[in-house]
Amino acid sequence: MSLLKPRFLTSQAGLGLVISLSILALALLGPWLAPHSPVALVGPRYGAPDASALLGYDYLGHDVWSRLLAGGFSLVWMAAAASLIALAVGTLIGMTAGFFRGRFDQATLWWADVFLAFPNLILVLLVVAMLGREPWLIVLIVAVAFLPGVIRLSRSVTLGIAQLEYIEASTMMGYSLPRILLREILPNIATPLLIHLGTMMSWAVGILAGLSFLGYGVEPPAADWGLMVNENRAGLQIQPYAVLAPAVLVALFALGTNLLAEGLGRANAGIKEKA
Amino acid sequence: MSTALTVRDLRIGIGQGINLVADINFSVRAGEVLALVGESGSGKTTIAMALLAHTRAGAVIESGAVLTDGLDILSLSEAELRHVRGNIISLVAQNPAMALNPLRTIGQHLHDVLKAHQPELDVDSRSARIAEVMQDTGLPGDAAFLKRFPHQLSGGQQQRILLGLAFVLRPRVIVLDEPTTALDVSSQARILVTIRTLCQRYGTAAVYVSHDLAVVRQLADHVMVLYAGRIAEIAPRASLFALPRHPYSHGLLEAIPDIALRRAPSPIPGQAVGPAQRGAGCAFAPRCRHADGICQAQAPRLRDVAPDHQAGVHQLACHHTALGLTLSQPQPSLATQQRDQSSLPPVLYLHEVSAHYGKQPVLHGVSLSVSMGECLAIVGQSGSGKTTLAKIMAGLDIAASGRINFNGHELPMRAADRAPAQRHKIQYIFQNPYQALNPRHTVGETLATAARHFFKQDAGDIAQQVNAALHKVALPARVATQYPRELSGGELQRIAIARALICQPSLLICDEITSALDVSVQANILELLQSLQQQGLAIIFVTHNLGVVRAIADRVLVLNHGITVESGLVDALLDQPVQEYTKQLIADSPSLFSDLAA
Repeated sequence: MSLLKPRFLTSQAGLGLVISLSILALALLGPWLAPHSPVALVGPRYGAPDASALLGYDYLGHDVWSRLLAGGFSLVWMAAAASLIALAVGTLIGMTAGFFRGRFDQATLWWADVFLAFPNLILVLLVVAMLGREPWLIVLIVAVAFLPGVIRLSRSVTLGIAQLEYIEASTMMGYSLPRILLREILPNIATPLLIHLGTMMSWAVGILAGLSFLGYGVEPPAADWGLMVNENRAGLQIQPYAVLAPAVLVALFALGTNLLAEGLGRANAGIKEKA
Repeated sequence: MSTALTVRDLRIGIGQGINLVADINFSVRAGEVLALVGESGSGKTTIAMALLAHTRAGAVIESGAVLTDGLDILSLSEAELRHVRGNIISLVAQNPAMALNPLRTIGQHLHDVLKAHQPELDVDSRSARIAEVMQDTGLPGDAAFLKRFPHQLSGGQQQRILLGLAFVLRPRVIVLDEPTTALDVSSQARILVTIRTLCQRYGTAAVYVSHDLAVVRQLADHVMVLYAGRIAEIAPRASLFALPRHPYSHGLLEAIPDIALRRAPSPIPGQAVGPAQRGAGCAFAPRCRHADGICQAQAPRLRDVAPDHQAGVHQLACHHTALGLTLSQPQPSLATQQRDQSSLPPVLYLHEVSAHYGKQPVLHGVSLSVSMGECLAIVGQSGSGKTTLAKIMAGLDIAASGRINFNGHELPMRAADRAPAQRHKIQYIFQNPYQALNPRHTVGETLATAARHFFKQDAGDIAQQVNAALHKVALPARVATQYPRELSGGELQRIAIARALICQPSLLICDEITSALDVSVQANILELLQSLQQQGLAIIFVTHNLGVVRAIADRVLVLNHGITVESGLVDALLDQPVQEYTKQLIADSPSLFSDLAA
């Protein structure tokens, strides 16, 4: 049993990796492979699939397959950017709080808890409704919404490490603060943070697709998976591919990143148990 | 007396033909104590746990029998084992603080055991039994005490509760897994007496696991020395401590720093082999001075060496039965010949240093000084403030007042306020070598970072310094490319010392640096420290072990509750202590040469 377990776990992480990479490749290379322009009207409204349109036509007569290929890029880069920004900023704040403890730590935690009480999607909707739907703004807001989680996580793992003797030793040697935080502590807390990055990616996909669906994300007529679901839902019964295809891709991307994160997390825990 | 426990051909493996322990045969008579002695990895805890039919995850009892009263414990089902454990054979764990449930009171713990095994008893008879066991273990049995939670007791009291829990059902056999490791010497001495008394009173056979031969000498009737999962020697206590027959037993005894012996303990060269690397020959042969061809070729069998059985069974697993090994003896005439080096100007001088954690004072006006090439030992029990004192000298952020003078200059309390030129001259080495090095950096990186931090130099110079530092602590240069997880505790502690040396210190502060290491490795580290001291390094050695103090220190300062009890030259102070506290500390320290009560 002890032999089967890790193999199963790595296969789960492996499956997640394959799915995530495929979606990533589709989203990044898609715009160059699309047979039609995503905004060109090339067929009848809700037209059925034919030789030049594999998945049929949407509510205005765009080629669904072309829009699918072109519509992933916005979702992928925004999800990745939001998660990475949250990870970088949150880790720095969390590590500093966990290392110094005291007042700064308490203040940080207090703010993080207040923010955590806000539902992510509502917070993003609120800000977008007030300030507009610029992609960089959405990325920033999603990142801010993710911050408290990263701060809490990085702070708690730092707390455990900061009391160990090798960190005490570097304090006694008089190493600079950036050195202690980035070179001594960060490598030792990287694994749980990277796992959290994967989880955040799948959350971000959900939020961003939801935002587009609600009409607060990418602006039409540009192609976007979440937007496509919204645009074509009236024709669901006539031309289901126009809704199902983007929905399946969003779900797969979220699933892939989640499987990857979870698989890595479990594999890591397994290694720790052994040691 | 009758035999209470017999173990036959016990073999525990981890699959793939690799065994942790094998060919284990022994028996213990009722009322007697058998000590299982060996260094880490020798299999002593594995054997002890197997007596309760328990193994750690991954290990399997492959064959053998554990018999008490004709019952083979290893053949029982889980349900039957539940009845046997506690009732017939019970366990006292190493760390009492972890073995007691923090949410249940002492009384509840004791009632729980009785309820589980003797449900027919009513509350009153249970309470009577509990009162009796509390008296046995030397604890107050009143209701108020029984209502206390584990965290409200001292470590010694917690361990007594575990003893009580193990003895309350009057088992035939009791297994004790290093029960005094977490205690200070005075509590340890009292617990050992209690264990001995209870075993004799109730005719309980005890198996006592320990790495400390000096402790074992206070307690055991027979001693079994284990090496690499095999029995090296089983002997009656008197025979083993007077005339050890196995080179490993002899090496262990010689490696122990003893309070009665002013000599550097001699280390056993090399390292113990892991279970997978054991070859065809004797497992100890690579480290043995007496090894020859037959030792390399053939594993020795355990044989009787004193067939008359008058003093008890004496068995030996060595091809050479007549080595005539002799032990160092204390030489009292040397005691007063120690020279006083304190006339040299002090490197470090502390004046009236006090400290507190929050509102809790931990140090009260401690003054001390240490000179070039001198080793000052700071001795105290846990909570005496000795580590706090050491950390203040190293400049760790602790709320402290007083003055520190270093090389004639006033030194700020916090390391951050000290000039780099002062900072690199005081280096600190930690107790736990496994946590002292960053697991994500190679040894070379760790050392190079320290060198680069204090001395701006090019890469070639740094690499040279790293090699030189490793050479000074007797490690090969290839260690620089390895990660801490690939190295043993002794090697890690050497690297921690190398990191201190690369900073070119004039004072080394060592905080219990050998307490996490095996005795043979400890002797190695002490030897290294002594050679550094002879090169002019001042050393402050914080410890609770008076044997280590006698072995390496020049002067000693005894600390209790943050107050200096007594200080002076080591030999003078240990031979003629003035204060009552010091006398008690010395009397409680286990020694290989002290007179035994019985």
